[in-house]
Amino acid sequence: MQASKFIVCEHCDVVYQRADLARKQTALCVRCGAELYRGPTMQLQTMLALVVTSLVVFVIANVYPLVAMDMHGVENHSTLLGAIGAAWNTGVGSIAVLAALTVFLFPLTQILLLGYLLGSLLILHRKPFGFIDIMHALRLMRPWSMVEVFLIGALVAVVKIAGMAEVHAEPGLYALGVLTFLLTVVNAFDLRLLWDARERLPE
Amino acid sequence: MTFRTASDMGLLPCEACGLVCRDEASVSAPCCPRCEAPLHRRKHDSVRRSWAFLIAAALLYIPANALPIMHTQTLLYNQQNTILGGIRVLWQEGSWDLALIVFIASICVPILKIVALTVLLISSRRQSRWARRGRARLYRLLEFVGQWSMLDIFVVALLVSLVDFHTVAEVHAGPGAVAFGAVVVLTMLASMSFDPRLIWDESPTVSTS
Ligand SMILES: [Zn+2]
Ligand SMILES: [Zn+2]
Repeated sequence: MQASKFIVCEHCDVVYQRADLARKQTALCVRCGAELYRGPTMQLQTMLALVVTSLVVFVIANVYPLVAMDMHGVENHSTLLGAIGAAWNTGVGSIAVLAALTVFLFPLTQILLLGYLLGSLLILHRKPFGFIDIMHALRLMRPWSMVEVFLIGALVAVVKIAGMAEVHAEPGLYALGVLTFLLTVVNAFDLRLLWDARERLPE
Repeated sequence: MTFRTASDMGLLPCEACGLVCRDEASVSAPCCPRCEAPLHRRKHDSVRRSWAFLIAAALLYIPANALPIMHTQTLLYNQQNTILGGIRVLWQEGSWDLALIVFIASICVPILKIVALTVLLISSRRQSRWARRGRARLYRLLEFVGQWSMLDIFVVALLVSLVDFHTVAEVHAGPGAVAFGAVVVLTMLASMSFDPRLIWDESPTVSTS
């Protein structure tokens, strides 16, 4: 039933025959211009290292406050989870849930699951348990992971308060900046490479 | 130049993992042998679902802009801001660059998404040959910018948690923020439901099955 020498454009259904690409080359669909696939971009080992780094930075970004605000001697620190909790407490639960999912839960789950898959494929040389379900979860979560939007949101919030009180960035915000960069790379990762890596393992 | 499509060749690409399978007429509900996802020639029920999300988003867009998204209370003033009002304040305070970013993310992107998806849905329904490549590019742009309209929601969430000095200064989220969050999610669902392959389909045999 399989025909793996073919590649089909996801955006317009045209069929191509797969050709080997060099590094940094990208195959584009002739008809609609969408990207079909890329040449070998990154070793899976590098990817694993990036995922582990992302996890560390994620923890830092969540433990330390993002911004601090000083008003008449009273100081308020805001962490990411604190912001979500405050939104929940003031009665806008839907916004709190939205933020909790897109900035906290989805990115964290993505990092953990990707780390688990890469770890067992590369280090244990074993087919990971629950591979298929995890791959579906990773694909579905990807568009809903919005750390980069939150980062810009934090900058806008700082500027908005600056007129009202003294605000300054805290370590969490810098960590969030680094995390944004790391997750951009992680999210550009072609998940099809993991299917291939699993098929290369002996039964 | 003629192109051979997967439907012409009797191939079924898996949407979930990219595996290309053969379309066997004998199998009534085919599944991908690699990832077990159900295989469809086109996204399942694409047009109807896309319209449903789109119409819901367009309706909610009105309260999202008319109602205040934020309520600021200080000793000196008491202010309710809509999305547009918040942008005006940023502009007047001299942060024109951030005002521009918020304007693009919260006003331009949702309108672009609603209008562009309507155009895509109607033109592919009529199997129009007009600017197909351009429409394909427009769809890819929609997928890319979709999440950025969440910006204002995050700003409100952060302000609510930061500006919490009892009686001296407090910020509360308004009902507009809830409506706006729903608009963002609905427009994202609408563009995800749309199948860009419909832009190119000509034969009536390839229906939205
Ligand atoms: Zn194409
Ligand atoms: Zn599959």
